[in-house]
Amino acid sequence: MTCFSTPLAGYLLVAALLFAIGLAGALTRRNAILVLIGIELMLNAANLNLIAFWRFGPHPEMLTGLMFALFSIAVAAAEAAVGLGLVIQIHRHLKTTDLDQISRMKG
Amino acid sequence: MSIVFVVLAVLTLAGAMAAVTLRNLVHCALALAVAFAGLALLFLQLDAQFVGFTQILVYVGAVAILVVFAILLTRGADDGKAGTVFSRTWLAGLGIAAAVFAVLGWAVLRSVKGLAQAAGAPAVTVEDIGQALMSRYVLPLEIVALLLTAALVGAVIVAMYEKEDAR
Amino acid sequence: MIEKADQIFVLLLHWLVGFLPMAWQHVASVVICVAVIVAVYPALFAVAVLMERKGLGRMQNRYGPNRVGPFGVLQPVADGIKSLTKEDIVPRNADAVVHFISPLVLVVAVFMGLAVLPMGRNMVLVEMDASLLFFFAMGASTELSVFMAGWSSRNKYSLLGAMRAVAQMISYEVPLLLSTVGVVMITGSLSLVDIVNAQTRYSWGLAHWNVFKPWGLAGFVMFVIASMAETNRSPFDLPEGESEIIAGYFTEYSGFKFALFFLGEYVGMFGIAGLGTTLFLGGWSSPLAALSWVPSWIWFFAKVELWICFFIWVRGTLPRLRQDQLMNFAWKFLLPMTLVNLLVAAEWRFVEGVWMRWIVGMAIVAGAYVLMGRVGMRRERLGPRSYRYAE
Repeated sequence: MTCFSTPLAGYLLVAALLFAIGLAGALTRRNAILVLIGIELMLNAANLNLIAFWRFGPHPEMLTGLMFALFSIAVAAAEAAVGLGLVIQIHRHLKTTDLDQISRMKG
Repeated sequence: MSIVFVVLAVLTLAGAMAAVTLRNLVHCALALAVAFAGLALLFLQLDAQFVGFTQILVYVGAVAILVVFAILLTRGADDGKAGTVFSRTWLAGLGIAAAVFAVLGWAVLRSVKGLAQAAGAPAVTVEDIGQALMSRYVLPLEIVALLLTAALVGAVIVAMYEKEDAR
Repeated sequence: MIEKADQIFVLLLHWLVGFLPMAWQHVASVVICVAVIVAVYPALFAVAVLMERKGLGRMQNRYGPNRVGPFGVLQPVADGIKSLTKEDIVPRNADAVVHFISPLVLVVAVFMGLAVLPMGRNMVLVEMDASLLFFFAMGASTELSVFMAGWSSRNKYSLLGAMRAVAQMISYEVPLLLSTVGVVMITGSLSLVDIVNAQTRYSWGLAHWNVFKPWGLAGFVMFVIASMAETNRSPFDLPEGESEIIAGYFTEYSGFKFALFFLGEYVGMFGIAGLGTTLFLGGWSSPLAALSWVPSWIWFFAKVELWICFFIWVRGTLPRLRQDQLMNFAWKFLLPMTLVNLLVAAEWRFVEGVWMRWIVGMAIVAGAYVLMGRVGMRRERLGPRSYRYAE
């Protein structure tokens, strides 16, 4: 961390790729839990973006990006908990987590 | 591009790829934990120590375990025996993700000249973060506390065994 | 002279590193420190294993191992040779990659946690702003390795033991973290070096250790209990009790991997004992001002060894807790008590008057304990026993 030579664009590209991977996972997998995993990856990619912009931005002492990322982590944890609770309850009710089969609202 | 950054980026992206493509769900969850750890190391490389350690504590220590528990509690007959793990519309999903990456990548590469090349490490201590949380960001802090409490109670209620289920 | 004895390892390091050119000195000093830690803690682990077996044996009215060497002193050597030369059995259905990686993850996580402990004056490997948070982050990573070990063995008992262990570790992580927040509040810093430095002042010859304050005492007791649960030690060792579930999550491990798990567990104990001494028992400072001529690292390791002896003592004395009793204890008693402890730490900071804050602090702690511990956890009175005979 003493000789810093990675430009901001590198971090942004990694974050964009991570976001795309998460999106692909959320859109193409059958299992409901994997959709949630994809969503977690997308949130993490956004956090990486925030921290990268905080670090290279004009006023890092204002801590804006850092705070945003911190609150994003907290909110993502809460959302993962509720989402997984829902998946567990759906499985208990419909005996499956296959999203191709849970396509009707009437249960 | 320092070598450490390349290694960490490859680790994170490989973990993420494995997390969305593997067949065995628990392997996916463990690959996700690897991706989270790689991201935490990237945060540490960006001199955001507090966020990096929080990422390990919350994501690797709690969210990954949560995902694993959910996988184990919803195991049933559909344990990889179905033909494919991808849904019927996988091509459309892949196309959309590729399009999103193309747009984001184009935006980043087009503005490479305008972006900062290198910057000195900001002198941010944990005390500064504490002060900011208590002075400027106290409202989001309290709201997040309320949100976490509501999520905790809500998750317990949503996933609770109801009396009618015991038939 | 006393200074030299105190700083002998630091001076040794500087002398060794002085042989190298300037550009390599930083890396070399870090490498040497890491090598020393990786060499010293397994040696302490060997001593602790011997102490445990002899101590438990004596408490159970028998000699411990006494065949190998005088008084069984060479038993760890024999154990080491046995575990290195035993056949490494991997079940056929086991998940080979995960089965191989999980002891490595455990050992790496616990050794990383040791990097931030101040083991003497100026003797920290890494001095960070948020080192307490780093230690807890490493502790959280051990849970994942426990789950990986249990799941990859494809064994019902292993999985059951792993789920119990993970549930227990998660439940007790919250009181563990919260019991240290009082210390952080009063000291005003997350850095372990700052916390130790704040405890090295003396008044009337007695040190300002955090355990001598009401919030520190309550926090210390809760930290001890939660740390016993975090490292799966008796009386919280349902996940790995030999009479319960064979060996829990490391049933299917043999030879060197089992030795790595064992090493990881004991070094984890050392790490958390080191953290406890740093936070509550004053780290490397001596209790009385008159005794500060003893080198600081001797004090640190003496206190850590005291913790280990206390752990062994409790293991030999108390019966095991059942899973539901364990979880009840964590969520319904320890967690509210840690929150009350925060309140006491706050009033310590803000109440005026030297004696007033002691009285108020002790009153709140004692009152909360009686209310929650004695009254709230009381079970219903059971009637007289009735028997039903098989016909």
